Amino acid sequence: MQRLKSLMKMTAVRLSAVYLLLFALGSVGLVYYVTNTATEIIEAQSRTAIEEEIVELGQVYSVTGIAGLVRSIDRRARQPGAGLYLATDATGRIIAGNVESLQAGILDEEGATPGAFGYTRYGDDAGEIHVAVADVYRLPNGMRILVGRDQSDTIRFREVVRSALVWSLAAMGAFAVLAWFLIGRRALRRLDRMSAASARILAGDLDERLPVVGAGDEFDRLSDNLNTLLARIAQLQEGLRQVSDNIAHDLKTPLARLRSKAEVAALTAENEETKAALEGMIVDADQMIRTFDALLMISRVEAGSHPVLKSTIDLAAIAADVTELYEPLAEEAGATIELQASPPIHIDASRELVAQALFNLIDNALKYGGSDESPAHVTVAVEDDGDQAIVTVCDDGPGIPEDKRERVVERFYRLDESRTRPGSGLGLSLVRAIANVHGGSMVLEDSHPGLRVSLRLPKMRGDGDGDDTDEG
Amino acid sequence: MRILIIEDDREAASYLTKALSEAGHIATHAADGEDGLHLATTRDYDMMIIDRMLPKRDGLSVIAEMRKAGRQTPALILSALGQVDDRVEGLKAGGDDYLTKPFAMSELIARAEVLGRRRQTGEVETGYKVGDLELDRLSHEVRRAGKPIVLQPREFRLLEYLMKHAGQVVTRTMLLENVWDYHFDPQTNVIDVHISRLRSKIERDFDSALLHTVRGSGYIMRDGT
Repeated sequence: MQRLKSLMKMTAVRLSAVYLLLFALGSVGLVYYVTNTATEIIEAQSRTAIEEEIVELGQVYSVTGIAGLVRSIDRRARQPGAGLYLATDATGRIIAGNVESLQAGILDEEGATPGAFGYTRYGDDAGEIHVAVADVYRLPNGMRILVGRDQSDTIRFREVVRSALVWSLAAMGAFAVLAWFLIGRRALRRLDRMSAASARILAGDLDERLPVVGAGDEFDRLSDNLNTLLARIAQLQEGLRQVSDNIAHDLKTPLARLRSKAEVAALTAENEETKAALEGMIVDADQMIRTFDALLMISRVEAGSHPVLKSTIDLAAIAADVTELYEPLAEEAGATIELQASPPIHIDASRELVAQALFNLIDNALKYGGSDESPAHVTVAVEDDGDQAIVTVCDDGPGIPEDKRERVVERFYRLDESRTRPGSGLGLSLVRAIANVHGGSMVLEDSHPGLRVSLRLPKMRGDGDGDDTDEG
Repeated sequence: MRILIIEDDREAASYLTKALSEAGHIATHAADGEDGLHLATTRDYDMMIIDRMLPKRDGLSVIAEMRKAGRQTPALILSALGQVDDRVEGLKAGGDDYLTKPFAMSELIARAEVLGRRRQTGEVETGYKVGDLELDRLSHEVRRAGKPIVLQPREFRLLEYLMKHAGQVVTRTMLLENVWDYHFDPQTNVIDVHISRLRSKIERDFDSALLHTVRGSGYIMRDGT
């Protein structure tokens, strides 16, 4: 049902449904017109033939009188494939012809019958009814003569054409539905693959490309174009990153020199004022160096050029460790930090990087999850999600509006509200880079109220599944 | 202390020499790996500061050669590479400490002094004493003026490290490295709060201060009198 609904949502299917409907209506109209016109023409021909015969019979009557007329009618009626002939006397008794009975009242009106009427013929099977058109002619002595042409074939022709139409329309409809299903499903599958790929790209994986099957059709052309576009975006982004990396790298060396000059000068300075100024310079230089270091670290982690040194670590233990480390700091600020204890969950990861990610998350939660008036309540929890180990850090602060959540992960992006507070705007970028390099992800969610950041890391295979019971 | 500096950046080396002399040490400078190795194997130093990337012979190979020649001089590796793995590699090659450029001179001096001193105390100690504060490493007991002080396990390790290096400046990163085993710049004052908690436990009911803050550097454990 769901499948059918999504099929109906496809433009191609909807368009072809409309075409099918229009075509069906057109065919019905055409067939109706053709059969009607054909029967009208046949009827008109029959009437002309009837009129001519009436004229002939009239001549026969004027030459040979009633007896000749009756003989002539009898003779004509016996010919193979003959039309309808009937002669009655003034009382309506049949005296000649091949009609056994006919619809009541036909003989009462003189001239052409208003339409087709039913009749039976001599020699027919019982119950067989024919249809015909005819002219009725009354002689001066009250005798009535009926000459007609059978119309059953015309009507049968019309029925055959109409049933053919109905069947072909039904078959067409069935074929169309089948074709939609087969072609549509195939197109739908490719579209599904394309939208899945674009979802991954939107999630930040710019290396992902839309699938090209090599059929050279419109889907492939679209994928090709979008892939070229993506390559261009990736190239621009890479360029941007390289520029910022180069700036960071090139400025670090003179900055480091500046720092050590200031430091040595401060060591030997005799004037207290000069010393204070030099120490201020050192603090500022350190701030810049830290920003550059964070930037370069994100790039290094993201580039994956240096494979991360992984080992088996217990995520629950690291979470407990880092929480414990931050606990006094939180307490001093009047905030709370609570750890929801968890049994060990082993992951194959870099202890340093995972700890650094947690540092950043807890630091952010304490910094932005509260204010001086209402300090943050931070919760750190570790969960086992089957394939993944998840560590979540929640605060009850103002949170991040949904439309900004993607942006705060970008380098240097900071919410307006947090610009006045210290920070480089690189914390979450680093956390995401760390998540990515471990094949995991970082998810920002609403914690009602507050922000909830989950760091999802792939679990070590075979850990916590309980299938290695023979060891324990 | 006699300190050997092997560093090809002359300007950096001159600041290092100056800062170390200012701190009361005698520094000798070698500008490349070969000269450095020669000095390290022929003369006696309390510790050496060596750049990882050097002309003629790289820093790690200088350390490896020197160790092969039977010299145990503690080595502090300086590197522009800051990756976690680089650090591990450096320590595996026989380095005793690792510092990423750019570093704070106070950080370098603190680490150099801890490394140089380490050499003098060979055997494993079972306890430390600073003034009237005593720490027993075996029973995990801490007493001041005979009165027991109850510490959390982490506070005990923090105090243990500070007392082990009594009389020497230990920096915040050194504490994070040695007490928590994390090797990055915490960028916040997390360590300071732990110190002030510990300080209140060991000093609250007593007259003299033992744990002092060294402005711009870190902390020092010292009997105030």
